[in-house]
Order: sequence, then C-alpha cells, then structure tokens
Amino acid sequence: MASILAVDDSASMRQMVSFTLKSAGYEVIEAVDGVDALDKAKVQTVDVVVTDVNMPNKDGIALIRDLRALPAYKFKPILMLTTESGPEKKQQGKQAGATGWIVKPFNPDQLLKTIKKVLG
Amino acid sequence: MTIDMAQFHQVFFEESFEGLDAMETGLLELDPGNIDTEELNTIFRVAHSIKGGSGTFGFNQVSNYTHVMETLLDEMRDRRRSVTQPALNLLLGSVDCLREMLNALQDGNEIDEASVSTHKNLLDQELGGSGITETEVIPESNSDSPTVPVILGDDVEPGWHIAFSPHKPLLRFGNDPVRLIRELADLGELSVVVDCQSLPSFYDLDPEDCHLSWDLKIKGDISRVDIDDIFDWVEDDCDLAIRSFAEVHAGQEQSIQADPQSAEKIHEPAVTADENQENPEPEQAAQPDKTVCAQESKATKKSTAKNTGSSSIRVDTSKIDTLINMVGELIITQSMLSLLGETFEANKLDQLQSGLGQLERHTRELQESVMNIRMLPISFVFSRFPRLVHDLSSKMGKKIELKLSGETTEVDKTVIELISDPLVHLLRNSLDHGIEMPEDRIAVGKPETGTIHLNAFHRGGNIIIEVSDDGKGLDKEQLRAKALEKGLIEEHTILTDKQIYNLIFMPGFSTADQVSEVSGRGVGMDVVNKNIQGLGGSVNIESNLGIGTTMAIHLPLTLAILDGQSVVVGNEIYIVPLVSIIESISLSPDNISLVAGKGEAFKLRDEYLPIIRMHKIFQVEAPKSTELSEGMLVVVEGQGFRCGLFVDGLLGQYQVVIKSLEANYRKINGISGATILGNGSVALILDVPGLNRLSQSSEQHYA
Repeated sequence: MASILAVDDSASMRQMVSFTLKSAGYEVIEAVDGVDALDKAKVQTVDVVVTDVNMPNKDGIALIRDLRALPAYKFKPILMLTTESGPEKKQQGKQAGATGWIVKPFNPDQLLKTIKKVLG
Repeated sequence: MTIDMAQFHQVFFEESFEGLDAMETGLLELDPGNIDTEELNTIFRVAHSIKGGSGTFGFNQVSNYTHVMETLLDEMRDRRRSVTQPALNLLLGSVDCLREMLNALQDGNEIDEASVSTHKNLLDQELGGSGITETEVIPESNSDSPTVPVILGDDVEPGWHIAFSPHKPLLRFGNDPVRLIRELADLGELSVVVDCQSLPSFYDLDPEDCHLSWDLKIKGDISRVDIDDIFDWVEDDCDLAIRSFAEVHAGQEQSIQADPQSAEKIHEPAVTADENQENPEPEQAAQPDKTVCAQESKATKKSTAKNTGSSSIRVDTSKIDTLINMVGELIITQSMLSLLGETFEANKLDQLQSGLGQLERHTRELQESVMNIRMLPISFVFSRFPRLVHDLSSKMGKKIELKLSGETTEVDKTVIELISDPLVHLLRNSLDHGIEMPEDRIAVGKPETGTIHLNAFHRGGNIIIEVSDDGKGLDKEQLRAKALEKGLIEEHTILTDKQIYNLIFMPGFSTADQVSEVSGRGVGMDVVNKNIQGLGGSVNIESNLGIGTTMAIHLPLTLAILDGQSVVVGNEIYIVPLVSIIESISLSPDNISLVAGKGEAFKLRDEYLPIIRMHKIFQVEAPKSTELSEGMLVVVEGQGFRCGLFVDGLLGQYQVVIKSLEANYRKINGISGATILGNGSVALILDVPGLNRLSQSSEQHYA
C-alpha cells in the first residue's frame, strides 16, 4: 500500500490525518515541521507528501522547495494544507513546486478523495 | 468512511491551551517600540493553528472568533498594521476569552455567548469594522455549487470538449496528465485523442518535460464545476479550453477564441456567483452553527469523561531511556546474585557482598530515576506569573517588573500542583503591600519601577523558592502592635525578629487597614503557611524596613521520601527528619536548668531551649535512663522554634519512604507519617512543629 508523509505542527491535526489515512490502509509517517519532514523524507521515499504551510523551523513552502530539489521527489505528488483565506499561499506553493492543495478545514472523506486522486 | 473526530478533541484542547500560553507570553514580551518579527510570527501561528483545528473539529464559534485574531495578527506581521499597546492588550483579552471558550467546550458546558460576542465586537472594531460577512469562515465548497447552466441546442447531446495542453514543466509539479484523464473518465464517456506534434526526436527529448497534449471529449450530463475541479491544480501549468458540445456546435458558426483567458473568465464568474450566494446567509448560517456547536459540546459531555486536572505527565524520552538502562542493570545484578545463591559456599562471601553492594547501588539509582520522572521544571508554575504581575500592577497603578530565575529547577509534580496558589498569594502580597506607589518610591530615592524577583533553586535536599521585593519591607513595630491589639501576644512577650515576622502567619492577622481586592482578607498568610507545612515545608521571612522583603518557601524535593535520623526511645524507634535537625549533643549537668513553670531547658550557646522528653509526650516506655546526661539530645528546629529531643541514642541515617498515617489510621499530633524499616517494623516520623505545640500544651501537666 502507498506511503504518505504527513507534516503538521499541530498534534491534533497530525493525528486526525494519520488516523484517517491509516484507516484507509495507507502507511503514514508523521513529521512535526519542515526540518523533521525533510529528514524523514530522506530516510524513506514516500509516495505522497501532505504538508501544512504555517510551521516553525521550516514552513511548508520551504519544505516543498527543498523536497523538489531531491531527485527522489522530483515528480512525487506534494500537497499543501491551506486555509481558504490565502490565494497568495497557493501561488507561493505552486511556485515552490506544489502539486496541489487541500483546503482547511477539511473532513476525512475529502482528504481520502484527494489522496486517491493523486495516487491515480 | 465515518471517523469519530471526538478522539482527537482532547489533544486539540491540550495543544490549544499550550498555544495560548505561548501566545500570552509572546504578547507580554512584545515591545511596540521594538518589534520582534519572529515573536509576532509565533503568535500568529498559534492563532492560525487554533483556527484551523477548531474548524476541522467543528468548533465553529472558536474558529470564527480566532479568525478575527488571526487577521489582525497577519496584518501586524505584514506591517500593514501597526503594533500598539492597546491592540496587544486587546489580544491579551482575547486569549482569556478563547481560554474560556475552550474550557467550556472541553467540559461540555455552554459557551458564554454574550461575553464572546462582546469581545468579538471589540476585535472587529479594532480590525476597522470589516464586516462579519467577510470574516465568517465558510469552508470552500469543493462540490455542490450551483452549476453554470449549459445551453443545450435542440439535438446536441450534453458533454464537454476539453483541449488540454500541459506546459512543459507540468510533470515537475507531481501532476500526471494520465491521472487527470483517468479522473475525467470517471465522470462520463470519454474519448481521448493525443497530439504528439510537439514531441521532439528521441535524442532531443527531455523525459522530464511534458511534450504531449490532448483533445478530450466527454459525454454525459456533467457539471462544468466537476471538470474545473479536476484541472484545479494545473490551471496555471497548461492551456485549457473547456467548451460544452453546445458551444462548440454554436461556435462552429462563429469562431470562439479557445484560449486560457476565456476559459478562466468562464471559470471565475462561477466562483464569485457562489460567494455572493453564500454571503447573504451568514445570519442564518450563524444559527445552525450555534446549534451544531451546542450539540458538539453535549456530545463531548457524554462521550468524554471530565478531564480537568488530568493526571498525566509529559516526560522527556531521555528520562525513560535512562530508566530502561537502570532496569537492565538491575536485572543483570539480580541474575548474578541468583546464580551465586544456587551454589553458594562460604568462600564466596566476598562475591555475595559485592553483589549486594551493586544491588543497593542500582536500586538507589533506579529510585532516583523514577522520582526524576515525576519532576517537572518549576517554569510550569512560574509561567502564569508575568501575566498576573502585568495585570495587577496596571490595576494598582504601580510599575513593577517581575524577574524570574531558576525556572529550570525541577520539582515533583505534586509540589508543582500545590505550590501555585501559595506562590500567587505571596506575589500578590508583594504587589499590594510590598512595592510602593511610583511617587512614593521616587520620594525615597528608589527607582520608579519596583522589582519582584522569583528565584528557585535546590539546596541540600530541599527546593527553595524565594519571592523578593524591593518594596517598603516589614515594620516590626507595626506587626507587634497589631498582634498585641488582636491579643495574639502579650505586652511583655519578648520576640526575636524572626518570631515577629512569623506573626503574620497567625490566623486573622492583617495589617492592611483596607483589605484590598488583590490580597484578600487577612486569611491568606496562615493558609499559605498551613499549605506549605502540609507539604512538609516551611516559609522563612527576612525583611529590611524601607529596603525590601524576601519570603522563602522551603520544600522537600519529593513528598514521598524523606531523609531521616533514626533515634531510640525505650523500645521504640522514631525518625527525625534530617532537615529539622540542627545538631545532636550529649548534655552535662551544668547546661541543664529548670525554668519555673516551663520545665527543663538546656543552654545551647547563648540560648535556653526547652527539652522535650519524648517518652513522656508519647507515653511510651521510659528510656534506659531518665538521667538527661546519659542520653542524647537532638536539637531540632521547626517554624522558628527550637527545642531539644531527649532520646536514648541515635541509630543510622536513612532515606525512608513516607507512609501516610492519616490514610491508614488517623492524624496524630506530633507525627507526620510512618515508615517501614528494613526489619519490617514500623517507625513513626516526627513532626517537629507539631511536637513543639504538643509539648507546650502538656507543660501545664509537667511535674
């Protein structure tokens, strides 16, 4: 089954995302910020990365940029979790190389639908 | 899939409360004259996180409220709005409001609507009255929006014609045209024609670029929005032209420019139409939100047990690792001893003793490690004080700076929980009665801003927390006079300075003519003292009139274990807490005197201290000898009073585990607990202040 790296500095969000994805049979690796995520992404190449934007130490945008620089992640789907009030964030994300976004707040079904869409 | 979101609520609450604490600290530290951007960002992120989380978990009121805070903070960090002290104070108030809301939700209670909307209005006003309609959080609808009506010709079947030309870098975004096309295929009957015109020769081909484009025809009654959704992410990375079959049919008569701009123009009105439709609804939307929220909170009430004062601890994993190592060592030692025991012979005694020595060492280390787990830095208690001092000093019109040191000092969790209220009381005391008004301070040559210093450190098995201020100090004369007035002492009573200061611990004592709202009704200090004593500690006061006061709370590092000196009285063994012992002496008849009406006393340097004959107090069998000079005198101190305990002799010093007498039997005056000795017998642990009181009351019966 596919593996997903879920990045969010909020523990409750991380747990929700992780639980949802695991219940659907995906393997989930959690990270608490951009630095943690980059480390974990290098240790194991995952199939999808889902990341929050606003995080300490390294935000989502910087993470996406750094991931795209890694050969293993050149073409991997990387999704941003973004709130509805930021079309600029979406733009920034795209410029950094994001595949797409999931709008917060979202419910588990929306998350799963989007992951399925991205895994093809 | 139905996932029960309630399982994440508790974590959300916990992290939100932590975030609010961080936000509060940040807001207190922000200086409008010199803004730390990183600090602002941190504060913003807290608001953002709480907003996101509360939205996800359905706490819409919290989400809406936090949204305004977030907007304000976002503008501040972008420099679109100036950071002013009033704005910061407003945000500080919002922190309180949010705490209340979250507490209510966590406990399953109703949110105080009136209070919330008052606060929210203040925030909205600060924001510049940008209407509620804009700030209402309406989740972006991913589906179920009204469709753009498709104009059907008479015999043109429903469907869409999509010209999809990815730009070269599309693949580098992790988007795959094949996936998109597959998604499209799920919507209806799809025919796909690929266009390879732009494909370069094999050798010139960069496989990481997308060189293909597609002509897609999809039949079916499909909404335009569903198609837009599929291409949502790649909008900017491709040329996309979506036309209904009807349009194509009509357009074959006129040429329509199939270019991305028109595709987007069709795209946008659909979006704005949706927004306009939803905006007039906020009033009605607000109502369902409230009922939803109320239902949510009731649901949480049923499903989760009330978690206030949850007894859980966050532990550094390194502490757990240390523990695991220790247990490992212990197991090795145990195996070794076990093996030794199987084939033991007298000549192996050395090995046995060394093994037992190791066992003792490892057990002790393990014990320390375990106790260490329950230790938390005292910053947990200190953290809310800056805010307290900030609020109270503004309320009183005083200028006060709070200095904290030793925040990393670790203390047992129970102590943390019980020390908070007493410390607050001492702080309030300093704030109210200690530090003078700015004018008064200047008048005596002090700086306008008073300082209160909270300092925590370890010393000899105790933790000491000092609350020092550079205020007006304690007036001994005033204290004496007040005590006299209240009949707590007598005219001729001679008191040491220390004893005068300790007068403030007597119930009903207060020198404040006006009991202020801040420090209470003079019932405070004795309760503080009682609480601290209940923890096995004491409060020491030092003061200099005009210069300042320092109140120091002494507490044992852990409540469960005590370092004690065991003493023999007749057939009984008692444990005297080491912290109470000043020294142990043997007496010669010349230091002993009889004081009329007060019993026996002995001379220690310049003082005469009472002797307590333990066997009389506790009515146990008489010691070996009732001759004072044949036994030992253990000089102890408790709460400023000293005395000598007459015992047969001293045994060893041990670390004993305190077992509660109250829990197993009942409270006994003079005894603070019991312990089980190595030989299985029970030894009682002495409570020195209690013993003192006992002896004073029984003096009337002294022969």
